[in-house]
Amino acid sequence: MSAATTKWVGRPVRRVEDARLLTGRGTFIDDHPPTGGVHHAAIVRSPHAHARLLGYDVAAALAMEGVVGVITGEDVAKSTRPFSVGVTAPVRYYCAATDKARFVGEPVAVVVARDRYLAEDAAEAVTVRYEPLPVVTDPERALEPDAPVLHEAVGTNLAGHRRLVYGDPDRAFGEADVVIRERFRFPKYGSTPIETYGIIARWDPLEGVLTVWSNFMGPFIMHPLTARVLGLPENKLRFIVPPDIGGSFGIKTSIYPYIALVGLAAMKTGVVVKWIEDRREHLLASSSGTDRIAERELAARRDGTVLGMRFKWLDNVGGYIRSPEPGCSFRPTGNFVGPYGFQHLEVDASVVMTNKSLTGPNRGYACGHLYFETEGMMDRLAERLGLDPAEVRRRNLLRPEQMPYRTPTGGLYDSGDYPAAFDRALELAGYSELRRRQARARAEGRSFGIGIALAVDPSVSNMGYVATALDPQFRAKPEYLPKSGAVDAATLKIDPLGRVTAILATTPQGQGHQTIVAQIVADELGLAPDDVTVVDEMDTFTRVWSISSGTYSSRFGSVGTSAVALAARKLKRKLCEYAAHLMDVPADQVEFSQGAVRRTNAKGPAYSIKDLAGRGHWHTDSLPAGMEPGLQATAVFGFSGAKAVDAEDRVNSSNTYGFIAEVMAVEVDLETAAITILRYVTVHDAGTIINPMIAEGQIYGGALHGLGGALYEELRYDESGQLLTATFMDYLVPTATEAPVIDIAHVVSPSPLTPLGSKGLGESSSMTVPAVIANAVSDALAPLGVRITELPMTPDRLWRLIRQARKPT
Amino acid sequence: MKPPRFEYHAPTTTEEALGLLARYGGEAKVLAGGQSLMPLLNFRLVRPAALIDLNRIAALAYIREVDGQVRFGAMTRQRAVEFSPVVRQRLPLLTEATRWVGHLPIRTRGTIGGSIAHADPAAEYPAVLTALDGEVVARSARGERTLRPRDLFQTYLTTTLESDEILTEVRLPAMPAGAGYAFEEFARRHGDFAIVGIAALIALEGRRVVRARLATAGAHPVPCRLRAAEEILERDGLNDEAIAAAAARAGELVEPDSDIHASADYRRHLTGVLTARALKRARARAGER
Repeated sequence: MSAATTKWVGRPVRRVEDARLLTGRGTFIDDHPPTGGVHHAAIVRSPHAHARLLGYDVAAALAMEGVVGVITGEDVAKSTRPFSVGVTAPVRYYCAATDKARFVGEPVAVVVARDRYLAEDAAEAVTVRYEPLPVVTDPERALEPDAPVLHEAVGTNLAGHRRLVYGDPDRAFGEADVVIRERFRFPKYGSTPIETYGIIARWDPLEGVLTVWSNFMGPFIMHPLTARVLGLPENKLRFIVPPDIGGSFGIKTSIYPYIALVGLAAMKTGVVVKWIEDRREHLLASSSGTDRIAERELAARRDGTVLGMRFKWLDNVGGYIRSPEPGCSFRPTGNFVGPYGFQHLEVDASVVMTNKSLTGPNRGYACGHLYFETEGMMDRLAERLGLDPAEVRRRNLLRPEQMPYRTPTGGLYDSGDYPAAFDRALELAGYSELRRRQARARAEGRSFGIGIALAVDPSVSNMGYVATALDPQFRAKPEYLPKSGAVDAATLKIDPLGRVTAILATTPQGQGHQTIVAQIVADELGLAPDDVTVVDEMDTFTRVWSISSGTYSSRFGSVGTSAVALAARKLKRKLCEYAAHLMDVPADQVEFSQGAVRRTNAKGPAYSIKDLAGRGHWHTDSLPAGMEPGLQATAVFGFSGAKAVDAEDRVNSSNTYGFIAEVMAVEVDLETAAITILRYVTVHDAGTIINPMIAEGQIYGGALHGLGGALYEELRYDESGQLLTATFMDYLVPTATEAPVIDIAHVVSPSPLTPLGSKGLGESSSMTVPAVIANAVSDALAPLGVRITELPMTPDRLWRLIRQARKPT
Repeated sequence: MKPPRFEYHAPTTTEEALGLLARYGGEAKVLAGGQSLMPLLNFRLVRPAALIDLNRIAALAYIREVDGQVRFGAMTRQRAVEFSPVVRQRLPLLTEATRWVGHLPIRTRGTIGGSIAHADPAAEYPAVLTALDGEVVARSARGERTLRPRDLFQTYLTTTLESDEILTEVRLPAMPAGAGYAFEEFARRHGDFAIVGIAALIALEGRRVVRARLATAGAHPVPCRLRAAEEILERDGLNDEAIAAAAARAGELVEPDSDIHASADYRRHLTGVLTARALKRARARAGER
């Protein structure tokens, strides 16, 4: 289906969600009144970064009128199991601290009371006795032999280590004309969605069912994990997600331990328990990306051809390694090489636990880290060889005739014309003119810089990637169960008047699924979007869903929309068969077009959907013999390329792969170290664009998110493990006033793997902006010899670099 | 992030408010625009027995010209200051500084009296009060007194206001006609408290600087009048060399602290940079009228 033949797909159709959201009529978890008798939880959190728990005194809290119960780590240890983790190290991660607290803000008890005010009063009255222990927050320090050890059973702070070798990197480095080395640091930051975590849990002891309403976004692989922790059969744990979620960006994947904790509180107290995370709790103890120290090496020929790379990573996952970590290292496995053609790669990935908060998926899941390093290396190569940074990239870019391209690490890039998209970005930015402006600015003593960043934008994770963290020998054991998959389901029902209800198993957080599904169904069935009602309130008891369901990994634009299109096509086939029966002609002599079934020879009457729906519902005897009554279809779409990791550690870690090319121009004020963005161009190839307005919103959001990590946001800790950025006065998020003007363009290479040709776009520029702005600032400061290797580039940090460089030697 | 229990009073007259404040003997807090107090309450960093809400005291919101001064009722919203024609005419430095105060929703609630009484040394209004050498009126059931900035601000978030006193009025002397002025600020994001801000006022007679006024935000535990830098300008005029000398001196006069956003070194450096920038803009404006 191409834009030329569609009426709705490809158009900036206005979002049906916006009317309710903009008038305050959305239904978010905190608005949700699913049940009566709601009590409120307040969580007692560790003030220590590392401390042994010696005991609890809850009598004073329990004595307060209106307090119905207190759950402590003792209850957690007694009544729950630890969560499975993604490594073989024996890390026992419970939904609250049981033996030791390992980061500031770790839950140690839960108070349930009549209202939240009282619950917080009572939480203050809970006394927890601690024995403070030595603290370690720096990932390198954590691996020193005398460092405090967080998990005695593990014996070291190293949660996992893998050395992955693709091709023959040693030979590539041996044959290289130039070798470049650099060390990078990437900061720990999150997403700070406007809506924080929220959970309402109700235990029904008669049916043995725990119902949890929450703004959990999936993936629903966490549902069986949570059921196991609570000792419940999976069909006795019901997850329901309200219609609206106020943003997530990956962060709400990691709500699941709180679901277990609040669920346990409901089971223990017998009342309905509601917990809405406050902002301080969110900054202290929700989730973030990892802080990483990276040592990079690049081997190239004199002409700029990259032969190979070495990545040495130290990812800091905080106090416990929480699933799906260590995705921080392995989520981008298939696209480790980015858009470049080099074949030899060594990845030395260590995942370390320190006394900081826990990590998990955060928009771009580890790709911001990856491209910050890789694109920094490409600029250093250009500088070393005296080549233009655009030229050095061009010499290494994959070419369109190589598509589909199997990367040395197992990725399968489905489509793309990277040089065309890159050229489009350079042209849109006026790259040559920017270089001339730079020359003039430098002549005037001003610091003007131009940055470039290219990236492969992976969407729809394959569950199998996580196993890259395990040794191949472990994966080869007969008892090891391989994992793979990327599946979504959708159901379409046609009512007796010919209108459609689409039922999804997704958990949109602002992505506009209702709008997009209505566009797709309208095109497929020849209807108007208004004729389609879209229901996306996930309910594990009633929806058709897969273990990989959820709204994460930029998957809806690719896998979710595919399920919808396939369900519509199933229905069309049924309508055609039915109409052919009514016309008394063979099914191959009819076709579906413009909302009706007609004979291919154009003779006889057409049967509209409305007509067929009326007859089909009211007069089932008119159906052909053997046809199942009813006009509904469920399609479950899964990518066949989602395979388990192989014995050589190759895995197609995503299913569709887009491309991003960005150019940014900045000026740095050498006196104040202020950075001004003068020009920012971003070109995306995400295949078919279903709704360009929504795509633009995603790109804006992604760019601002990346800008946060590049300039503003960092969860900073002091030596004792106290979080220094626990409020929005200290944890700075870019706002509208910090947003640059963004020039967006699309290049369209439809994916051959999806019915609509679409790919994901949700993470988009969050993964490129840290790279592009760091490269632009480095270019601006090149005359001083300053190169950015560490983010965020706070003015203080940048001023120090400038001052140091200007010091007369 | 829910406050502990407190009693709540919403008096409609200043006298009533002062009576309540005296009754609680230091255990009550006065609520103005709430832009600082409400977060402190929700974080449980303050635990007053009672809140005395001034928002219903209509008599505390006004802007009046009296005897060469502009007088502001303490509950005058920052938004009202921003758009006041009187302020724009008599105190253009204040109009300019107000645009640096938070964001529109904050200025719609925040008050001039609340900002000064809160005494955040990185806030804009304390710096303007100091640069213009204004005064505030403090009232209690016992009576009324006026305080100059140097007598009001003690250190971070601390003033000499007594526990039974309410800051009821802010008085700023009208700027001399034709005075040059500028408010320069550096913050990590628009609307944040200043890393460093500089309020500058220059009055010229011919080429002679008859009055130079410089005060800081963010560079010192209290808003800091940069008197020794002012003296350089009053002695040497407004040429580039004098401005450079005053800026260098400014950096020496402040005793900044380090925090998560900026080191003391950087703040000291910015004090000089922004002083020079403020003076150059003020110079360009001087004699405009």
